Amino acid sequence: MSTEKTTPVDWVLEPRKRRQIRWRRMLLLVPAILILGAFLIAGIFAPLLTPYDPREIVLLDRLQPPAWDTAGSWDHVLGTDQLGRDILARIFYGARVSLIVVAVTVPASAGLGTLVGLLAGWRLGLTDKLLMRFVDLQLALPAILFAILIASVFGASLRNVIIVIVVWSWAGYARLTRGDVLSLREQEFVVAARSMGASDTRILLRHLLPNLLNMIVILATLEVAGVILIEAALSFLGIGVAAGTPSWGAMISEGRNFMKLAWWLIWMPGIAIFLVSLTGNLMGDWLRDALDPRLRNLQ
Amino acid sequence: MARSSFWAILVGRLLQGILVVFTVVTIVFVVSRVVGDPIRYLASDESTAEEIEALQDLFGLNDPLYEQYADFVWDLARLEMGNSFLTGRSAVDEVRSRSVKTLQLGFAALLFSLVLGVPLGVIAALRRGTPIDWFARFLAVIGQATPNFFLGLLAIFFFAVKLGWLPTGGGGGVFSTNMIMPVVVLGMLTSAGVMRLTRSAMIDVMGTDFIRTARAKGLRERTVIRRHALRHALLPVATILGIQLGRLIAGSVIVETVFAWPGVGRLTISAIQGSDYPVVQLSIMVIASTIVLANIVVDLSYRLIDPRIRAGNA
Repeated sequence: MSTEKTTPVDWVLEPRKRRQIRWRRMLLLVPAILILGAFLIAGIFAPLLTPYDPREIVLLDRLQPPAWDTAGSWDHVLGTDQLGRDILARIFYGARVSLIVVAVTVPASAGLGTLVGLLAGWRLGLTDKLLMRFVDLQLALPAILFAILIASVFGASLRNVIIVIVVWSWAGYARLTRGDVLSLREQEFVVAARSMGASDTRILLRHLLPNLLNMIVILATLEVAGVILIEAALSFLGIGVAAGTPSWGAMISEGRNFMKLAWWLIWMPGIAIFLVSLTGNLMGDWLRDALDPRLRNLQ
Repeated sequence: MARSSFWAILVGRLLQGILVVFTVVTIVFVVSRVVGDPIRYLASDESTAEEIEALQDLFGLNDPLYEQYADFVWDLARLEMGNSFLTGRSAVDEVRSRSVKTLQLGFAALLFSLVLGVPLGVIAALRRGTPIDWFARFLAVIGQATPNFFLGLLAIFFFAVKLGWLPTGGGGGVFSTNMIMPVVVLGMLTSAGVMRLTRSAMIDVMGTDFIRTARAKGLRERTVIRRHALRHALLPVATILGIQLGRLIAGSVIVETVFAWPGVGRLTISAIQGSDYPVVQLSIMVIASTIVLANIVVDLSYRLIDPRIRAGNA
């Protein structure tokens, strides 16, 4: 009586299918690398790519639609905002802000978190307990509230955004590093190094760190999207970069009152954030699958 | 080494949690008082120096920081949270109704992401490589890359302004239409995470020996999937729920702003900006305790679900 359809048992994929999947993945990487390249070029060469000053207000030119709209012109390819500022220029300079934030915060929090994780996992005891309580703190205080606190006390600025993001994101690295160190420290090559009289510093840097590198690189890549989203969210709430600085999040925040009148005000920066964080996630996923598939539970 | 009992672990974790929350509140206490000046929101231009002085004395703001802190801890020990500087109502009253609203939003979003994420993940795993799988993964990738404030604005534009189906914002009961957009926007990110995790866990489980054994016993495919595979695959999903809840609360600060939802996140923002210390302290305490508590619950229930951990002393 059981006429139920049984699913095939081939959960381990056959080689041909696996090769197919791998090729498809590689193809997906092409647009990802193109977007990433565009993002880098836009951020680094922003002043060379556009004749406009992203802060220059030209009220006569305000709310011009993008070039492909019948009312648009090629003077302002992506149109202008409510103050007549060129949107393409603001997107380029906004990429610069995001790029600076990523370039500073990701290495800083990866370095700090790895160091803490190494120390906690290696020393154990009191050091471990103390350091891990700091990790718990980070977990209990949402970054956004912390950012609001910092912004209201020290004012909104790029520097404060960077501080907030670093303070908030190092703990993830610390937790994972510590976990890995706990299992690595019992392995024979570490015990051997120890018995040969290697110093702690040498064991940590020459024996443990290389084993952690894959995990750190994967996490850092996945963090790029997170950092860009947080910077955008902070700027959207008005507690990110200083007022007037072209940032994607701030552009959406300023444009939202004109949403009905001029869709491009929030769509352009929205698409920019989406594409860059999408690329970051795709690259991170790909790296993880290639280097260390067991990290899949990492979000 | 003696295996610690469930209750000993629970008490230990709770004490640890209290310590964490207390430290968070202390940090907030110190940082907010270093520069903030509540008087500038209360005094008018015509206020005389004496009046300002009197206000400061009233709130104890002229005392040295450590005395203020000692007072604060003493009040806390007596569960005395003080009154809002701005409204004069008790901070507990101010925070309570707002917290309920945020919890309502947060739990609905969590439920939404489980209801959407788990079945979608299971189907995607069982139909790996088919269009259903691609579609589910495509949705997840989009969900993870879209900033929720942008998504929220688009939703307001289409469903409230253009179509007029849903209200643009404001608070409402559990079954009000005001809930729909905030919950979906808030739950989008977490459901993407839940879906991806369920899918990969399912794929792992379906390749294991005990699933082959279950099939070999002649169990129906549905039983194999529900009783054997899914139960196992949900373990990693359960572990990340605590982290997801933290994310939901952080995300709710933004979603509450976009949809004008009267939750504790928005209250905290305005209280911080207005240097309303009693409200800031209490609302941060509530938020931090919620996250800490959620993590303890997830941690301990994980022990109960997974026999391997229950048996070990991990």
